[in-house]
Amino acid sequence: MNVASAAGLLLVLLLAPLVPGLANRTKSALTGRRGAPLGQPYADLARLWRKGLVVSRTTTAVFRATPVLLLATTLLAACLLPLDGQAAPIHFTGDLLAFAGLLAMGRWWLVLGALDTGSSFEGMGASREVTLASFAEPALLLCLTVLALATGDFRLQAMLGGSLGSVWHGVAPSLVLAAAGLFIVALAEGARVPVDDPATHLELTMIHEVMVLDHSGPDLALIEYAHALKMAVFGALVVRVLVAGALLPPAASLAVLVAGLALYAIAIGVVESVTARFRMARVPQLLLTACAVAGFGLILLMR
Amino acid sequence: MRPLHEVLLLAVVLTDLWVLGTSRLSAAIRATALQGALLAALPVALYGDASPHMLALAAGTLLVKAIVLPRLMSRAIRETSVRRESEPLIGFATSLLFGAVAVALAFGIAPRLSLPGLQSEMLVPVAFATVMIGLVVLTTRGKAIMQVVGYLLLENGIYVFGLSQAQRVPFLVEVGVLLDVFAGVFVMGIVVFEINRAFDTLDSDQLSDLRD
Repeated sequence: MNVASAAGLLLVLLLAPLVPGLANRTKSALTGRRGAPLGQPYADLARLWRKGLVVSRTTTAVFRATPVLLLATTLLAACLLPLDGQAAPIHFTGDLLAFAGLLAMGRWWLVLGALDTGSSFEGMGASREVTLASFAEPALLLCLTVLALATGDFRLQAMLGGSLGSVWHGVAPSLVLAAAGLFIVALAEGARVPVDDPATHLELTMIHEVMVLDHSGPDLALIEYAHALKMAVFGALVVRVLVAGALLPPAASLAVLVAGLALYAIAIGVVESVTARFRMARVPQLLLTACAVAGFGLILLMR
Repeated sequence: MRPLHEVLLLAVVLTDLWVLGTSRLSAAIRATALQGALLAALPVALYGDASPHMLALAAGTLLVKAIVLPRLMSRAIRETSVRRESEPLIGFATSLLFGAVAVALAFGIAPRLSLPGLQSEMLVPVAFATVMIGLVVLTTRGKAIMQVVGYLLLENGIYVFGLSQAQRVPFLVEVGVLLDVFAGVFVMGIVVFEINRAFDTLDSDQLSDLRD
């Protein structure tokens, strides 16, 4: 692990809360409001961190473990990505599956924590989350397969780094398709508008928000931060697929990452402003579109 | 980077999938209009020459497929105030799956077909995929307007296939085909109005109830 990749990881860890912040700010600007300042997510996290913790008596140790494990899995997943476009802090053959697996495990703990409260409301959210995950995860894996096939490598470090740099020009259409698929998956994983509405607290519509209703104080801060980090990780994935960092010097590559993350957050804000939340039954269709788009990228590579 | 015509052909397939995945009639019409514009740019990008023959073909395609026909269809849905495809024979997710299979099939079959003088190896698979997706839309959607869209997709696929041989096809034939499509959609538009007036709905299923 060299300086640049450590700097990339540190940048993403520090800037992660800005991604939802910037997305919300974009949404405010486009709907004619001034909106919360960009640093609002940081202030929210600090406020939650100082607060006390209330734990329901019906819960078990699982409930307390959830925030920590969620953050730990998301952090590990972030460590698998070559955020500077060259090297990842952790890498081994087949780590693309570990990446998908870690994110899935984080989700699993979150769902378990929600079920642990015994609230039927949270159970409903958990059931929705898992239902949508069964469509989002194949789409993510299909997008990663496009990358693996394009680069002929099974390490994320090479798939998004060196090997991608050498084939980048030849497979650009497939990469654009994979990035489009990843962006749709990111909207679902980040619980953003066409799939879930981060601004609502309506019983019938929530997915992510409802699962964390019983968490409070520092626990909620950990979950919120892990969620922002997950969004940033998907953003970094999209940016690294579209722009091969290996072709740029490390400093420029990091600058591209930051600029790309900002554009990604703005794109999320724009999508949130121009589309309405889909009906539950329509969401799988959206995620299947991601699968179809990534599958098309795959077909282009295989001919 | 890839040549421009390959990017255009890719975009054509994406618009196909767009039509397949949307339930909104206006979105489907917008997608066909976009596809018409892409197809108009295709011959120029493909042959790279600005001969009068090619330019006329491009201009004619742009006029008919990207402007006149979409307008005609938009007017039809405005007059009949139908907004959505509510009861497709197979669901949107399933038809997207069908579309993906069609694209895979097209890219699988096309290399086995050896045609003389192909400009781009993507022409034939994209043509096949568009024809197949057009067929899916034509046969599985209930609203008459969506069937017109499916018919247009089908014809667009044939147009793409024809482009692979464009230098051999006389100009008059192409203009004739464009005119045919125009007349076809025009007649369909009138039929759509009539169906709507007679049954107060655009569901073509109603037509099979005429027997008794």
